Amino acid sequence: MAFGKPDLGSITPKGAAFDPALVNKMMGKFGHGGFLDMEYVGHGDDWVELAIDWREDLVADPDTGILASAVIISLMDNATSMSIWTKLGEFRPQVTMDLRIDYLRPSPSGERVYGRGICYHLTNSIGFVRGFAHNGNPDEPLAHASGTFIRIGDRIA
Amino acid sequence: MTDLLALPPYARALDMRIVDEIDGAPVIAMPFADRVQGRPGFLHGGAISGLLEIAAIVAIHRALRAKGSDSAIKQVNVTVDFMRGGVNEMTYAIGEVTRLGRTMANVEARAWQEDRDKPIAMGYMHYLIKAKRTD
Repeated sequence: MAFGKPDLGSITPKGAAFDPALVNKMMGKFGHGGFLDMEYVGHGDDWVELAIDWREDLVADPDTGILASAVIISLMDNATSMSIWTKLGEFRPQVTMDLRIDYLRPSPSGERVYGRGICYHLTNSIGFVRGFAHNGNPDEPLAHASGTFIRIGDRIA
Repeated sequence: MTDLLALPPYARALDMRIVDEIDGAPVIAMPFADRVQGRPGFLHGGAISGLLEIAAIVAIHRALRAKGSDSAIKQVNVTVDFMRGGVNEMTYAIGEVTRLGRTMANVEARAWQEDRDKPIAMGYMHYLIKAKRTD
């Protein structure tokens, strides 16, 4: 396996309940998730919340210390992706088809960013997701997200 | 970002560089590495989005400068379409400012690997144009 990253399918065998905290130990600690150092925060039946700490090397605008927009995209991508498996109760190979983020306000310099991904509908092929990012109070979101994931066959999983 | 060649910390952390120019717009390159990997062997969608974002920002700063403006920008939203998996290769991106008005700008960014006509992702961004404040 490239870069020694374990295969998600291998630690989430069919029939075993999906555990987002366990899966984040790979998705959030290896590869790009590891670069951003994503932390598992919590989950419910159809949602997963992750967090990223502010870091100087994640900044897109040095004048303001505002994080790169793509840091929020990565956070929401991982959180919404995991919300699908959480709702489904098991892992299934999928890729992001599209993702939209609306920035209601900037995330202040130095502040931890939380991203809650929610799967609001599932079909055999598509996972419909939405979510929001905040700085610790879910009632004061800084961004809203919506997107879709498409299930992929085992041939490219 | 006053110097167009000085990419922001996030871009430097992912080893992005300006490598070329197409019709006056800078081309940004990002090498494949563990730090940009999602599922094994493929780029993470967030890292592809990051490359699109940097291409968009560089393009809009250049467009503003061409108009003699020193305005700051603020991103309002972004939609990213992921079209192909990014594999273990160099990835390129370019931003096109499709409209630059007084209050907002529309930017379209394209990321590709071997063939520019086969994009791996497209980003559509809206930016607010803000006059620089001195107070």
